[in-house]
Amino acid sequence: MKRVGVFVCHCGSNIGGVVDCAKVAETAQDYPGVVYAVDNKYMCSEPGQELIKKAIKEQNLDRVVVASCSPRMHEPTFRRCVESAGMNAYFMEMANIREHCSWVHSAEKDKATEKSCDLVKMAVAKAIMNKPLQKATIPVTDRALVIGGGIAGIQAALDLANAGHVVDVVEKEPSIGGKMAQIDKTFPTLDCSACILTPKMVDASSHPNINLITYSEVEKVDGFVGNFDVTIRKKARSIDMSVCTGCGVCMSKCPSKVDSEFEMNLSKRRAIYTPFPQAIPNKPVIDRDNCTYFKTGKCGICQKVCTLDAIDFTQEDELVVTRYGAIITATGFEQFDHSVYGEYGYGKYPDVITGMHFERLINASGPTMGKIKRPSDGKVPKNVVFIKCVGSRDEAKGKAYCSKTCCMYTAKHATLVTEKIEDSNVYIFYMDVRTGGKGYEEFYNRTREKYAAQYIRGRVSKVFKQGDKLIVRGEDTLLSRAVEIEADMVVLATAMVPQEDASKLAQKIGIGYDKDHFFTEAHPKLAPVETHTQGVYLAGACQGPKDIPESVAQASAAAAKVCGLLSKSEMLTEPIISQVNESICVGCGLCVPICPYKAIDLKTISERDHGNIIERLVADVNGGLCQGCGACTVACRSAALDLKHFTDQQILAEVNALCL
Amino acid sequence: MSVNEVVQEKEKEVEQNWEPKILVFACTWCTYAGADLTGLSRLQYPPNIRILKVPCSGRVNPQFVIKAFQKGVDGVLVAGCHPGDCHYTSGNYFTRRRFLLMRRLMEYIGMEPERFQNRWISAAEAPKFQQVITEMTEEIRALGPNRKLRDDQW
Repeated sequence: MKRVGVFVCHCGSNIGGVVDCAKVAETAQDYPGVVYAVDNKYMCSEPGQELIKKAIKEQNLDRVVVASCSPRMHEPTFRRCVESAGMNAYFMEMANIREHCSWVHSAEKDKATEKSCDLVKMAVAKAIMNKPLQKATIPVTDRALVIGGGIAGIQAALDLANAGHVVDVVEKEPSIGGKMAQIDKTFPTLDCSACILTPKMVDASSHPNINLITYSEVEKVDGFVGNFDVTIRKKARSIDMSVCTGCGVCMSKCPSKVDSEFEMNLSKRRAIYTPFPQAIPNKPVIDRDNCTYFKTGKCGICQKVCTLDAIDFTQEDELVVTRYGAIITATGFEQFDHSVYGEYGYGKYPDVITGMHFERLINASGPTMGKIKRPSDGKVPKNVVFIKCVGSRDEAKGKAYCSKTCCMYTAKHATLVTEKIEDSNVYIFYMDVRTGGKGYEEFYNRTREKYAAQYIRGRVSKVFKQGDKLIVRGEDTLLSRAVEIEADMVVLATAMVPQEDASKLAQKIGIGYDKDHFFTEAHPKLAPVETHTQGVYLAGACQGPKDIPESVAQASAAAAKVCGLLSKSEMLTEPIISQVNESICVGCGLCVPICPYKAIDLKTISERDHGNIIERLVADVNGGLCQGCGACTVACRSAALDLKHFTDQQILAEVNALCL
Repeated sequence: MSVNEVVQEKEKEVEQNWEPKILVFACTWCTYAGADLTGLSRLQYPPNIRILKVPCSGRVNPQFVIKAFQKGVDGVLVAGCHPGDCHYTSGNYFTRRRFLLMRRLMEYIGMEPERFQNRWISAAEAPKFQQVITEMTEEIRALGPNRKLRDDQW
């Protein structure tokens, strides 16, 4: 028989003022297994804890029930307390008679006392069934993986590398830099994006602890916190990176020209290319889909002109498996596909462009060398209309959320138009102007006052062509009248959406994503960079729309979390996990797809059966991955799976106790 | 007095003092925390519920619910995070499906399905917790004691 001690706390008058604690302790004496019960003014205080420790020794207790506040408050305190008296921490159970009783039934003292007795009885019944649990240790590999080489990924990698950890950065494009490399100026300071980004790119590439793996993608993620085995597909670059110096002769001689993705299709690049002049690594890659050699087998000019013999048409994709202690996802965003807004004429009229096109148009190294020229005929536009919330805040056609950055970048674009084009007029159709951020509201006010951008509150219903003008028809809801503006160019502020394959990556890693496919954080307030999968962290716009300062801040936060994880060579794991009773497991595998953490696999065991050795399948729980939700236990048809500390037996014992 | 009369007498007596007994399976992350917040906010509700903490509403085996009814509980509430907000990503989706099946089973065996309820209460929804418990207690009170499934029929 177990020897249970019950300790009822008054919590000053918080509990004692409503619940008759002495009576609860007295009643508890009669519960099966209870050998000692006492009440005290403050159980969590030093004397209160001493009381528990003393009783454990003197009464030879092997289970402790503390009836006090919520376990969310003091479970760690009392676990430590019993542990210091030589008892296993998981032999302690708590009955919540404050938040769940005295505070919510303050007018019904007798009923509250009765309820407290029931809660204690349930806790006693469970405690008797508690098994000693030990935290296990698992080794931690001191190497981090950052997925995505945009500003968030670069920042996280630099912070980690500076803290002395080895970091691999996987980037799917041929160069790191991400979206920030395409942007011209940054709000609210209007300093040039490349001027602040490229030094960081150089730092990342030259850092001894950072290893850039560009033109590569994550293929598969196995393992768990401290020990992720990640398979990375290094796409065939067709260039021998160890030989190439990036002289660029091949790029100038290549005969096939295709639209440049980096320039938003506003200019051409070659089939052998670097996305932009400051690319890192500044070594080209052959776009096999558009290369004449790969299409027809003839050409090979690049190979002929390369004096270093760096072109290698026979290169193949390479799969590399590396073990990492932690993963940071920083995959960033894409622009919303706004072709659903047919009324804005995107695709039909070349002069209806998106914000990112505009960034390239005003960029000094862009296709127009920084002169704002409209794409259709190269004329300098005088009247420019901006339409905000294209895709954002529009549940019917786009996304319900606010993309957060558009108000500010549209204000920036308006400023730049007025600065660069004399006598120009800027009209901005908006729903609301949201400028939360340091210096943002001031910037917006300057745009309106100094740069005289005309803000029109209302939606645009149609954009259509008349001569060489675009007529923008909309509504001014503040004046309650229809407006028509003759525009030379229309810029759409399209929503920020996650990368197209974000959900696939989330499934590979085993992290959650919301209905818009942004990765979900562990807690929206208190764990914004963690995920529910231990050892995986989030940085930047892959978690939700963010501007540059926020992405950088979150990247540094994620890096700090990873530093904490990698600073130790071993880590403790929570012992409340599922366990398999192999003797009754039938190997049906129903639990495998139910587990949200991919923690359950089937394994083959061999055993003796009537003198023969037979092999059969049983479920196998990976303790490093299991987070202890218990979903599998309910799915198990042979009841072979059970959750430690919340076993079927324990829960049923509580149910029984309640009804006795 | 015949045996029947004794039983009836006893039943009457029990019924007069009867108070609904409701078992609440609360997930650690949302509803248990929501119930804590209800306490912190001092929002009062009937003292008829007993909260049993489980890691996730998906841990609640329908067997526990049936067992509770057999043991004489008058109502069972399984409460967890809102769909989409599960701490463990998908646990409450399983809860939802199991709940629908359970309700069908209860109708099939002739038990009032209202005795078994399923609610999503987040860690921030103290007023909702209060409201759900108050309403459910009243509903069960109106239904009377659970006689259908309990082992020790009076």
